[in-house]
Amino acid sequence: MSRTLSRREFLKLGTVGTLGIAGAAALQHRPAAAASVTAPMAAPPGQASMPGMDDGMHGMEGSNITTGEVDTSQFDPMQYLIDFDYGKTSTLPNGQTLREWDVFAGDKEIEVAPGIFFPAWTYNGQVPGPTFRCTEGDRLRFNFLNASAHPHTIHFHGIHPPAMDGITPVVPPGGRFTYEFDAKPFGLHLYHCHTSPLKRHIHKGLYGTFIIDPPGGTSPSGGGREPAKEMVMMMNGFDTNFDGANDIYAVNTVAFHYAKHPIQVKVGELIRVYLVNITEFDPINSLHLHAGMYKLFRTGTRLDHYEYTDNVIMGQGERHVLELTLEYPGLHMFHAHQSELAELGWMGMFEAKS
Amino acid sequence: MDTPQPVSTDRDAPAERLYKNNPPLWLSALIPFVLLAALVAVFFFTNPLAIFNTEGLPPVESLSIERVELLPGQFIITVFNGSPDGLTVAQVTVDDAFWEWEITPSASLPRFGRATITMNYDWVQGEPHVITLLTASGTPFTHDIAIAAQTPRPGLTQFIGYGLLGIYIGVIPVGLGLMWFPAMRRMGRKGLNFVLALTVGLLVFLLIDTALEAIDVAGGVAGVFQGLPLAMFAALLSWLAIMAVSGKQAEAERDSSGGRLRIATLIALGIGLHNLGEGLAVGAAFALGEAALGSFLVIGFTLHNVTEGIGIAAPVTRDRPALKAFIGLALLAGLPAVLGAWVGGFAYSPLLATIFLGVGAGAIWQVIVEVGRLLIKDAEKNGESVVSWLNVGGLLTGIAVMYMTAFLVK
Repeated sequence: MSRTLSRREFLKLGTVGTLGIAGAAALQHRPAAAASVTAPMAAPPGQASMPGMDDGMHGMEGSNITTGEVDTSQFDPMQYLIDFDYGKTSTLPNGQTLREWDVFAGDKEIEVAPGIFFPAWTYNGQVPGPTFRCTEGDRLRFNFLNASAHPHTIHFHGIHPPAMDGITPVVPPGGRFTYEFDAKPFGLHLYHCHTSPLKRHIHKGLYGTFIIDPPGGTSPSGGGREPAKEMVMMMNGFDTNFDGANDIYAVNTVAFHYAKHPIQVKVGELIRVYLVNITEFDPINSLHLHAGMYKLFRTGTRLDHYEYTDNVIMGQGERHVLELTLEYPGLHMFHAHQSELAELGWMGMFEAKS
Repeated sequence: MDTPQPVSTDRDAPAERLYKNNPPLWLSALIPFVLLAALVAVFFFTNPLAIFNTEGLPPVESLSIERVELLPGQFIITVFNGSPDGLTVAQVTVDDAFWEWEITPSASLPRFGRATITMNYDWVQGEPHVITLLTASGTPFTHDIAIAAQTPRPGLTQFIGYGLLGIYIGVIPVGLGLMWFPAMRRMGRKGLNFVLALTVGLLVFLLIDTALEAIDVAGGVAGVFQGLPLAMFAALLSWLAIMAVSGKQAEAERDSSGGRLRIATLIALGIGLHNLGEGLAVGAAFALGEAALGSFLVIGFTLHNVTEGIGIAAPVTRDRPALKAFIGLALLAGLPAVLGAWVGGFAYSPLLATIFLGVGAGAIWQVIVEVGRLLIKDAEKNGESVVSWLNVGGLLTGIAVMYMTAFLVK
């Protein structure tokens, strides 16, 4: 209704003649009325009418969400979330477990938001690359083939001989290199290409999560972590026009995927999130959980938690293990607490059912 | 169909052989077309440019956001694909946040395709917003809303409102300026020459102003329409058209009262075309969410344009034109501003604006020539140089007055 005021202003302009300048003053002093016009955005968390849900309710009021769906036959963020690649396992003569992986770098166009395609560089054809998982003390062997048109390497975080660090040799297109070292220390690590120019080699997609479990595995009595519903979240971003700033943010590549398709969990069950920040260009990223708190294990290198919080600020390359249980059924939002990052795609939901 | 017979001499025997069996006209006219079609087909079905290794390069995309309408809680965005190929609108962000949208007829726009995007958004009155469209390649195309305000929908009230805007900046100031006519009549020959020179000065200002505005607006036209050349061609065309119209006049007739009224009419026409551009600017400013600036703009243009009336009256000060002639002149110079305000308010298109402004610039140029001719003839008749202190002073005064009053609208 306040909009009719503007019509009145035009009439005023018409009738008052040159005094119509008074209309300008009136035009400038009516924002308060305008505020009541449009619909509010979101219902409170925990109700079934959150924006972006597949409930057919969004659309009319307009929501902060992408429009459409990505082709999950190419890359399914829901599958990536829970995919742990333990490699091909065998036992060495000294009794040590050997885990072996074939890794190739390649060039591939990936869908980072519905309908938006990014010319990525990938490990094993996906961004992020596979989540490599092992136990402290294992022998690890990565047979790397560079099938890309550009030189690449794999640089692992953790403790290993410098010759296995993935700085040199740079593996040329068509070249091979085998990275072999013992897994230590236990914790949440990552791997990425370390070829210069580094910014481009990372933001184009050459990164992945690397988990070394404590020696006890998932046996708390043996010095491991408790059994839990586990998932990997890599916070990343995409600079689609290559101007040195990200245009799209996400966890696990696809903007808003877990907002459109909430991650299904049970009330009271232990959830463990392996959270890694690989976002290029932005100095920090974060994860804020709604309607719940989590235990924070910094870098996952200790079994006692560092902090109990609902928000953690992380620089690039920083990673933490989060453990949480949700007390109430319903939708629990999680997102970067940098609003810009959240609104450009880094927002998701847990849907807890009792 | 008769075919021209070649003239043969001994010297050009080979040519004679060449022309001996002349094909019929239709065939010889067709052959180049057939060969051209064959060449196009070769490019279309094979890729002779493959040696330049253009495969795999990203497409050059050009998406023009032609118009953004602001309705209560809603944006309506009109886009035009001016790129060499089709493109797909993949996502839309407002102020760096992805937002839901719908598009008709399709998110895939063919070359020269147009589409309308509708999105529900709680925009904030009086504050800026930035809308970005991302294509499938992730290329952003951005539109800035300088100050958000509701776009007028065509309706009687708005129609009248925009019409009045045009009257304020066009008809009223020109009419007021014409009212100096009785005072101008009392001036002597020198005084009149000064006023004519002043008219040239203000027209020179308007020419530069219109041309710059055309260049500015042409920048917003989709690349494929070649905005700047279009403005230049429009100017060239209107200049030639007005020259053709006034050229019919016999030289002797020019110095008659009818001839002078004709020059006044030409001035009014040129100024009218310029005011059309001003109407567009003001109408668009109100419509495109700059209403807060609009009222200052209106007052500014009113003051600025009063001088235009003097310019129109200047050639006829020796005569006694009828009142209806003055009314006609005022309407000719002023009413186009009304039309401009309507077009600018309801159907603003950078393409149309570019053409209008180009036409205006061409018309004003020819009007400068006509008024200048009056001054030159008068100087010749009296054995003076046209570049007199008086005339130069008038010219500079005209430019200075327009320059100073333009402070109100810049």
